[in-house]
Amino acid sequence: MEKKLGVFICWCGSNIASSVDVDKAVAEAKKLDGVVHAENYMYMCSDPGQQKVKDTISEKGLDGVVVACCSPRMHENTFRKAAGSVGLNSYLLEIANIREQCSWVHQNNKPLATAKAVSIIEGTLDKVKENLPLETITIDLTKRVCVVGGGIAGIMSALDLANAGYEVAIIEKEPAIGGHMAQISQTFPFFQNVPQLLQKKIEEVNANPRIKLYLNSEVDVLEGYVGNFNVTIRTQPAFVDPAKCTACGKCLEVCPVSVADEFNRGLSRRGAIFRYNQTEAARIPVLMQSDCLYFSAAEVADATSCRACADICPEQAIDLDSIRTLNDEFVGAIVMATGYDLYSPLKMPEYGAGQLPDVIDALAFERLLDPSGPTGGQVVRPSDGRVPKHVVFIQCVGSRDPERHKAYCSRACCMYTAKQARLYRQQVKDGTAYISYMDIRSDSRGFEEFVQQGMEQENLVYIRGRVAKVIAEGDYLRVFTADTLSSRQMEIEADLVVLAMAMEPKAGTRELAKKMNVTIDGDAFLSETHIKLYPVESSTKGVYLAGCGQSPKDITDTVSQALATAGKIQLMFSNETLIADPLIAEVKSDVCSGCGICIEICPYGARLMNNFTRISDVNQAVCQGCGACIAACPNKACELINSTSRQFIRMIGDFAGKAEAV
Amino acid sequence: MGKTFSYYPGCTSHSTAIEYIEASLAVIAALGIELKELPDWCCCGAASAHNLSSSLALGLSAFNVGEAHKKGSDMVIPCAGCYGNLAQADYVLRHDPKERRRLEKQLDFKYDEKIRMLSLVDLLALPELRPAIKALVRKPLQGLNVVCYYGCAIVRPAAITGVDNAENPLRIDSLMADLGAEVSDWSCKVDCCGGDLGLTDAEKTTELVNKIVDYAVAAEADCLVTSCALCQANVDIRQQRLPILYFTELMAEALQIGDRQRWWKKHFNDPSKLF
Repeated sequence: MEKKLGVFICWCGSNIASSVDVDKAVAEAKKLDGVVHAENYMYMCSDPGQQKVKDTISEKGLDGVVVACCSPRMHENTFRKAAGSVGLNSYLLEIANIREQCSWVHQNNKPLATAKAVSIIEGTLDKVKENLPLETITIDLTKRVCVVGGGIAGIMSALDLANAGYEVAIIEKEPAIGGHMAQISQTFPFFQNVPQLLQKKIEEVNANPRIKLYLNSEVDVLEGYVGNFNVTIRTQPAFVDPAKCTACGKCLEVCPVSVADEFNRGLSRRGAIFRYNQTEAARIPVLMQSDCLYFSAAEVADATSCRACADICPEQAIDLDSIRTLNDEFVGAIVMATGYDLYSPLKMPEYGAGQLPDVIDALAFERLLDPSGPTGGQVVRPSDGRVPKHVVFIQCVGSRDPERHKAYCSRACCMYTAKQARLYRQQVKDGTAYISYMDIRSDSRGFEEFVQQGMEQENLVYIRGRVAKVIAEGDYLRVFTADTLSSRQMEIEADLVVLAMAMEPKAGTRELAKKMNVTIDGDAFLSETHIKLYPVESSTKGVYLAGCGQSPKDITDTVSQALATAGKIQLMFSNETLIADPLIAEVKSDVCSGCGICIEICPYGARLMNNFTRISDVNQAVCQGCGACIAACPNKACELINSTSRQFIRMIGDFAGKAEAV
Repeated sequence: MGKTFSYYPGCTSHSTAIEYIEASLAVIAALGIELKELPDWCCCGAASAHNLSSSLALGLSAFNVGEAHKKGSDMVIPCAGCYGNLAQADYVLRHDPKERRRLEKQLDFKYDEKIRMLSLVDLLALPELRPAIKALVRKPLQGLNVVCYYGCAIVRPAAITGVDNAENPLRIDSLMADLGAEVSDWSCKVDCCGGDLGLTDAEKTTELVNKIVDYAVAAEADCLVTSCALCQANVDIRQQRLPILYFTELMAEALQIGDRQRWWKKHFNDPSKLF
């Protein structure tokens, strides 16, 4: 039976009416097939305007409506709600956009603009004729969260979510949470003590019964979709039983292994069994399987295995035969707080990093500044323990160098370099701090003042120019650079060189992103959906971003983003179920041959092969209605509901002015 | 290895760097590599063309690249300056489809992505040549302490030259080590020799050269090894402390080929006492 259609044309004040003849358009619309009502009104979206739509639907028994007005992004929802309130299925109402796509762009030709408006209305009517009444899709929602990464981003979002009443699982690769923040001594711009700030938050995590920590753990497999993720977590064996260990430290003394300590950036050495860092949270020793002789001996036949730590432990807390475990967490949302690494200084051989012990990276310098660090907070040279009198800080190392390294600015380095140089000058009163910079980017509250104070009160010597090379000469380093403001080449004799290395996504981000179905950019940073309006949403619904895994940030910005992410997830959890638009792909089961092309092409992982029917199914909760599978299907077995090929071909025919029967 | 390459001699091969070219051709012949000189090569633009007109500079070098493509084989360019210019043109042809179409039409050739522009270091440091070179050594350079000086043109920009490591290139170093020389690590491998300032600002050039030689002497080098005629000239003329040799001259010495006594006479700092 043919639908009874109504057309409502909006003037949008003069926005539409000044370039489209709305009376003529009504007259033309009335001539169109199936139209039983057409009218125009000054503001159709106003209450009286909506009332006209509602009344007409009821009085004339309309079963299809076209509102010709602004973009559907503005008022599609408004009019669909209005139609729904008087019993017309919302999906039988469509918007014909005659403002952005017609009146605004054709302001000087009223007859042609009117003709175009009429053909847009005609095409939309043809679509409505074949629209099906639809119901929204309801998806179950598990109100639990998995946070990948236990740095400050992960900690802050987990705390907010847990305090809001939701259970949170934090997955941390390292033996302790805290991330890179645990390596840092003081903050900018107020010289606050970082270990104290962080310790307070770590204690809150430990004290919160809703937060579960998976240390030494990584995501093994992710299955499911928004509201219903199943995260399989792989946990490395915990060789030391925390329930038995008294942290007496005997095992640390007997371990024969000595390797560079990663946490202290190689400034100290550790055994295969060691304390990960000096925080209270890491008081239980951890055993690094890859360094331990017990395990390397296991690969060599007839070797005598070292069991020194297990044998000496008075509590028998060390079990060298522990195995790794797999756990599943069923959650509704995921936070990717995977963080950063510093770009390897070994990639800058011209600065001698890796060869010259007194060329160190910025995190190593933080370890020198930390009172609980390897030097007790004294800035001394790694080579001979002497207090350096001339320190050169080099900014932008590996950053802003598109040809050889990273094209982007790593954003935090200008400020932490100023902070490090000031802390050095406060400690070594007769020392000189040189800072080699390209530009000083101090663009947040209190930042510019902080840098200026450094120059004026602590006499930091800022030299604009990139350092060419650093070589060893006698017991000092010779730094070749240029002062580009006075166009002079310079050589500085330095005792210590500190490299502000670029930040890059944590090693393994690329592989993890693939697992989580999250898109990344060319540098492997996790991509947000929209840089302005959806800054914490990843490309996969239900997976959110926080911290430096998304882009380089300082602590302030990382925490802001982490809290925004927690807020977004709470918003999602404020409903009992999730509602999804039914405008998604469907499969004609009698046409699909099960070739699987759609499964590969789907950017959301919404297409799955049904093992019984051997045809490709659509996961309704995951499908975003993008249409990629429709274009890819060689048999034309997929269609977008209410946007079928047949509907579109008719619309194109109307727009092009040569409609043909399909 | 029995392979044939096109060969672009450049102007210094007939003048200031004649000993470099003779040594290089002798080594290449000893390795069984055939070079076919481009019949109609023209100036690469040298240091002047790009100061006058970028399209002239690109056009001159692209013409020579185009001639190599007509011959259908990789081209060897011993002069570092010529190599830099031709590699630059090759980079444009390879990466800018619009310029490629324009130049192909103007210069009447078809660009083939397989064909490469090679510096002499690119050629002689090919891994497959290594055993052959070692086998030909008749008088290892034992006890000779060398530092290798790469300069700029065969190194930078790294994206264009495809160098192994723009800050610490190693290919001449490993070639010298294969000949039995003691190769010292030092700090001025890619420093500036003064380049064209040698003609206009002698004082500055002398300052730059002295720095390079200071560091070479500090590394206890007996001589400095280069692959660039301009580097060789600038550093050789302005000091009396070190002989400055082309890397192919030392290869010829180790292989005991070529008219070496005549080449040594071309040097301001006599290298003959080294051997």
